[in-house]
Amino acid sequence: MSILINKDSKILVQGITGKSGLFHTQQCRAYGSQIVAGVTPGKGGIHIEGIPVFNTVAEAVQYTGATISMIFVPPPGAADAILESCEAGLELAVCITEGIPVRDMVIARAVQAQSKTLLVGPNCPGIITPGQCKLGIMPGYIHTPGKIGVVSRSGTLTYEAVKQLTDIGLGQSTCVGIGGDPIIGMKYIDVLKMFNEDPGTEAVFMIGEIGGGAEEEAAHWIKENMKKPVAAFIAGSTAPPGKRMGHAGAIITGGKGKAEDKIRTLQECGVTVSTSPTRMGEAMAAALKK
Amino acid sequence: MNIHEYQAKEILSTYGIPVPRNRVALTADQVERAAKMMGGHCVVKAQIYAGGRGKAGGVKLVHHPEQASDVAKELFGKRLVTKQTGPEGLKVRRILVEETVEIAREFYLSITLDRETSRYCLIASAEGGMDIEEVAQKSPDKIHVLTIDPFTGLRTYQARKIALALGLSGAVCEDCVELILNTYKCCLERDCSLIEINPLVVTRAGWLLAMDAKISFDDNAVYRHREYPDMMDYSQLDPLEITAGKYDLAYIKLTGNIGCMVNGAGLAMATLDVLKEFGGEPANFLDVGGGATREKVAEAFKIILQDSDVKAVFVNIFGGIMRCDVIAQGIIEAANEVHCPLPIVVRMDGSNVEDGKKLLLESGLNVQIGDNLGDGAQKIVAMLAKA
Repeated sequence: MSILINKDSKILVQGITGKSGLFHTQQCRAYGSQIVAGVTPGKGGIHIEGIPVFNTVAEAVQYTGATISMIFVPPPGAADAILESCEAGLELAVCITEGIPVRDMVIARAVQAQSKTLLVGPNCPGIITPGQCKLGIMPGYIHTPGKIGVVSRSGTLTYEAVKQLTDIGLGQSTCVGIGGDPIIGMKYIDVLKMFNEDPGTEAVFMIGEIGGGAEEEAAHWIKENMKKPVAAFIAGSTAPPGKRMGHAGAIITGGKGKAEDKIRTLQECGVTVSTSPTRMGEAMAAALKK
Repeated sequence: MNIHEYQAKEILSTYGIPVPRNRVALTADQVERAAKMMGGHCVVKAQIYAGGRGKAGGVKLVHHPEQASDVAKELFGKRLVTKQTGPEGLKVRRILVEETVEIAREFYLSITLDRETSRYCLIASAEGGMDIEEVAQKSPDKIHVLTIDPFTGLRTYQARKIALALGLSGAVCEDCVELILNTYKCCLERDCSLIEINPLVVTRAGWLLAMDAKISFDDNAVYRHREYPDMMDYSQLDPLEITAGKYDLAYIKLTGNIGCMVNGAGLAMATLDVLKEFGGEPANFLDVGGGATREKVAEAFKIILQDSDVKAVFVNIFGGIMRCDVIAQGIIEAANEVHCPLPIVVRMDGSNVEDGKKLLLESGLNVQIGDNLGDGAQKIVAMLAKA
């Protein structure tokens, strides 16, 4: 079992004719994901790598039965792409695009929240259910099927964590990159809830970073509701305040969002926290033994 | 993206928000003439990209033009250190000369993004002129927060509720309603991530005035506003941060001596953490982007080496999809171009990793390979200790 995506997921790609859209479409397909359609306004009717391209999401859904979208549309049109996938009634939209203006995301998020479509991202690596379906830009080969759910605000740091898990023999059920922006669709708690209900997930590894209060929120939810062991790592213990550390959301402001506070709250709520990024796998193993 | 107080006030006044009469000056002579125009009594305010100026001596009340000139001579070129600037401070290149007003009451007003609700929110407090975080800690009941529904926008009755909660009544209350609505309009149209008016004052004569103002623009929306890049004061930024920005690299100067190049923000932060764990001191944060390319790696390497504090370089690339031999070539080219004699440790993961390692080891550079994150950090700290 897994969450959000599996071998039967039918995926359309918004922005399939762009450079990275096409590259990652090929990579995902090579992993075994079912990419059934592409959407690029104005290019409807062509085929790219044998995949039919449509002008609108609605058309793509009508002709191919796709239920999930992977979005590579550049920032000026990305919020629009999210809104379009919501209107088409998709189950899930995963937005990889980095750099969408906040004002656009405020609207897109508000509309999406009232629709039936789940949103992952933006500014995220995507989702992977190892051995079944890769929906994003992560390297497939570091993953291995198993029972650890992974949820993270980061991209490459997640790869580091996954590799450590794989190296010590802990495979993954599903890995979800929720994104590094201040406004995102699914948050930690939304993903944790799904892992909690998923019979294929035995434990969860959570990767956080400085900025905002999402990790603290998640910690309290875990304490009240989580039936499975959780281990975590928080990046940015040594980050100076007031500086934006790469991600739009990774900034300590007004004394809020510090790594030490997040770590303490997680520990108080029963989460095993790895104090070093070199021991993330070990922390997960330790949490499983508890 | 930050702008100066005088620029924030210019923008606000185009939205009908009243600001004190003022002039921005680049020389002491200009400050003196501006002070004369104000009638001698005026406030001289250093313009830097940071708050806390008052306590650091960057804001002074003067009583005649010569005094204004003296204060200006002292401030121009000085590095002002406030609690927000860090120990190195920020250089004063511009001064705002502003009329004095008789203040009856002071408020705090801001609009910013609330991450929890994914909406803009308005924050107001009757405790004006104070640090809002302090007020939030000491007397949270004095802070009024309104989350703005993006579909309805900010409505007049909501703005009125806020104005009434601040204790205003009559005509000035209605003025405040208009000011609040205009501030929100400005926030949307100008793609602001923060507008802060602190203090917003009511003068003895019964006028509202934005006495101090701060605006930050959403970096992701700068492309929509052609005038924004010209509004930047590059003297307020680290020169290497400016160069990095041109190549779309996220670079932040830190205080240590190990230059760092990492792909991805989260992994870059974790790399700084692990260096410190093993007793190293990072010289910078540098994210070359999740999908590091050969060109970006080469540019990033050159930027790191321009920092004279750097005595060793740690490269941590979790390439994944990127080919490691391509990344290695980028590093070698850049290192040879700038004749880098410094010790380098490269930790790479991804496809063609063995080819990449081989290229590096045969390159003639002073380079070692880190087998994993911890091993790499330990090696660079050890190489630095020997150097």
